Amino acid sequence: MLFYRLYRDKEGRKVGFVQGNEACVEAGLIAGLRFFAGYPITPSSEIASVASAKLPMVGGKFIQMEDEISSMAAVIGASMTGIKAMTATSGPGFSLKQENIGFASLNEVPCVIVNVQRAGPSTGLPTQVSQGDVMQARWGTHGDHPIIVLSPSSVPEVVELTIRAFNLSEKYRNPVILLMDETVAHMREKIVLPLKSEVEIIDRSITTIDSSEEYKPFDDCTLVPPFSPFGGKLRYNITGLIHDPKGFPTAREDEVVPLMDRIHKKIEDNRDDIVEVKEHMTEDADILLVSFGISVKSSLGAMKMAREGGLKVGVLQLVTIWPFADREVDIVSQQVKRVFVVELNMGQIIREVERACRGRVPVEGINRYDGHLINPQEILSVIEERMK
Amino acid sequence: MMESVVHHHLRPKKKFPHIWCPGCGHGIILSALVRALEKTGRERDEVVLVSGIGCSSRAPTYVDFSSLHGTHGRALAFATGIKLGNPRLTVIVLTGDGDALAIGGNHFIHACRRNIDITTVVFNNNIYGMTGGQYSPTMPTGAFAATAPYGMIEQDFDVCNLSVATGASFVARGAVTNPVALERYIRQGILTKGFSVIDVVEPCPPIYGFYNKTGTALDMMRSIKERTISIKKAESLSPEELKGKVLTGVFIDREYREYTEEYNKVIEEAKRSIQDEEPL
Ligand SMILES: Cc1ncc(C[n+]2csc(CCOP(=O)(O)OP(=O)(O)O)c2C)c(N)n1
Ligand code: SF4
Repeated sequence: MLFYRLYRDKEGRKVGFVQGNEACVEAGLIAGLRFFAGYPITPSSEIASVASAKLPMVGGKFIQMEDEISSMAAVIGASMTGIKAMTATSGPGFSLKQENIGFASLNEVPCVIVNVQRAGPSTGLPTQVSQGDVMQARWGTHGDHPIIVLSPSSVPEVVELTIRAFNLSEKYRNPVILLMDETVAHMREKIVLPLKSEVEIIDRSITTIDSSEEYKPFDDCTLVPPFSPFGGKLRYNITGLIHDPKGFPTAREDEVVPLMDRIHKKIEDNRDDIVEVKEHMTEDADILLVSFGISVKSSLGAMKMAREGGLKVGVLQLVTIWPFADREVDIVSQQVKRVFVVELNMGQIIREVERACRGRVPVEGINRYDGHLINPQEILSVIEERMK
Repeated sequence: MMESVVHHHLRPKKKFPHIWCPGCGHGIILSALVRALEKTGRERDEVVLVSGIGCSSRAPTYVDFSSLHGTHGRALAFATGIKLGNPRLTVIVLTGDGDALAIGGNHFIHACRRNIDITTVVFNNNIYGMTGGQYSPTMPTGAFAATAPYGMIEQDFDVCNLSVATGASFVARGAVTNPVALERYIRQGILTKGFSVIDVVEPCPPIYGFYNKTGTALDMMRSIKERTISIKKAESLSPEELKGKVLTGVFIDREYREYTEEYNKVIEEAKRSIQDEEPL
């Protein structure tokens, strides 16, 4: 059952007043989502419900698996047949998905994992907001591995970034994590869904090789090897073991190192295409707030109030969280006197910000980790106190 | 020499030598699978073999079909995504007793319950071979393992009874001592529209044999021959005579609502529901 309605605007675009979770599925469908496997968990459950209703309407598939581990595995299996697949979860489920996220990363299986963050470790505060999974999104699965993480700060950005998540996952054959939070997931805002003609939709490149003998699923002649769907003309193997370009297990140093280097290089060499930041009044700023996700809204509120009082505050919004926007933070932080990092955790992304600022400016965290949003006034008080 | 069916299906630029010990049962099961597949006439390009982690889960690596060697216990979950993603494919899961029933036990019973058209072959050597002989959920009570130095005190699962009880369409047990029957069960499993389980009794001489002093590979094969008894024959024996015996044969063969077919009906229904509404 759907609890929202979309209408057409004059140009024929679908518009509506919807939750972030609902917007995520609508945007996914535009991006080409055709498979969803998940296990219910607050505050992400609406994504599964909407997917169960909408996917079969376009010939897609939805399955509620027995847990999050199997959901992640099913998503990978479906993606291997050549269709775009997604799963959605929250903290406890995100922890369970980690082993198979590593499998997707090593085997270069395009897929999107939505993590709607809740507060606290363990079951935590299931219905309350947090941004505590920043480091888990980067390092949750074991071993060195490439990952892309995007974080929307509003419902319209959920639309924008869900499409982008699918595009990046297809383009670079890598799992992409959409790191949402409870507030973005549950608040309602107006969205305008772009027409197919207004957005770029990227599909993974498919190999033109037509003999199994010649096909190398992990060919190291190119950064992103072309894909072949299971059930297509080519027969090949994939494995969670470190593999040679043909996909077979290897422990040979001259095969291990090139594979590990290539899967990291495909992200690093394309970081300018992947890393996105949004700058809000940073041109003349003395004080910089670095933030992401829902905390951007708190930061923008504080910026407005501070400017009214004559304090030149700007906001640097991290749209892509991983890979980290170190160059962008480096450049903007050079113009300011102080940097504050606003996040709903005990200080996670601040470590990266400090690294990028290289000790040239004082960097301080403004945090909450009690399941509540940071009030703009709280941010302003800290700024005023320090600028006395 | 004429090339056998099995040789024909070995991977080109062979990934050999294989990792299996002399006397291991895995190779016998793999060759029965290849012969069974050949007899079903399924297109080679439309077969996907899926496995988890363990000695047995290495089987797909050696034969020339598309294959996914996944994570420990999750073969059925990967396979579910593949089958639902493309229901035209023949999806076969090759899994060890630990892989299928310990870490993967939950996926196993839910795959049975969903009755999704996947064939699962359980390489059942009653022990964790790959990690060096820890007890598995099918290890008989009283047997010894690296982690049961005083003997196994837990009860073992009967894979076939579990599969029947949780809803699989086709369930059979074979043994590596009778590869002809084994091949037939696997073929029947593949041809069944629904979830099929073929449990296979096999030896792990260097590990199970070592901890339980069951002798050489040949001794263990003889013992399997003695222990296994067909369901038909068992009917005429008393409970006393059946003590310690392992039943082989077809436990159940029923066709009913298969998951991907049911999902196609969901798609039809959902498409109808948008036609009823104002087009969006
Ligand atoms: C998550 C995880 N836990 C543990 C392991 C270690 N492990 C590898 S294989 C295996 C047991 C395999 O036993 P079985 O499935 O019976 O197969 P066999 O080796 O006997 O053929 C274990 C515990 C692992 N790979 N992954
Ligand atoms: S350890 Fe046992 S299961 Fe593993 S290859 Fe050797 S005989 Fe087979």
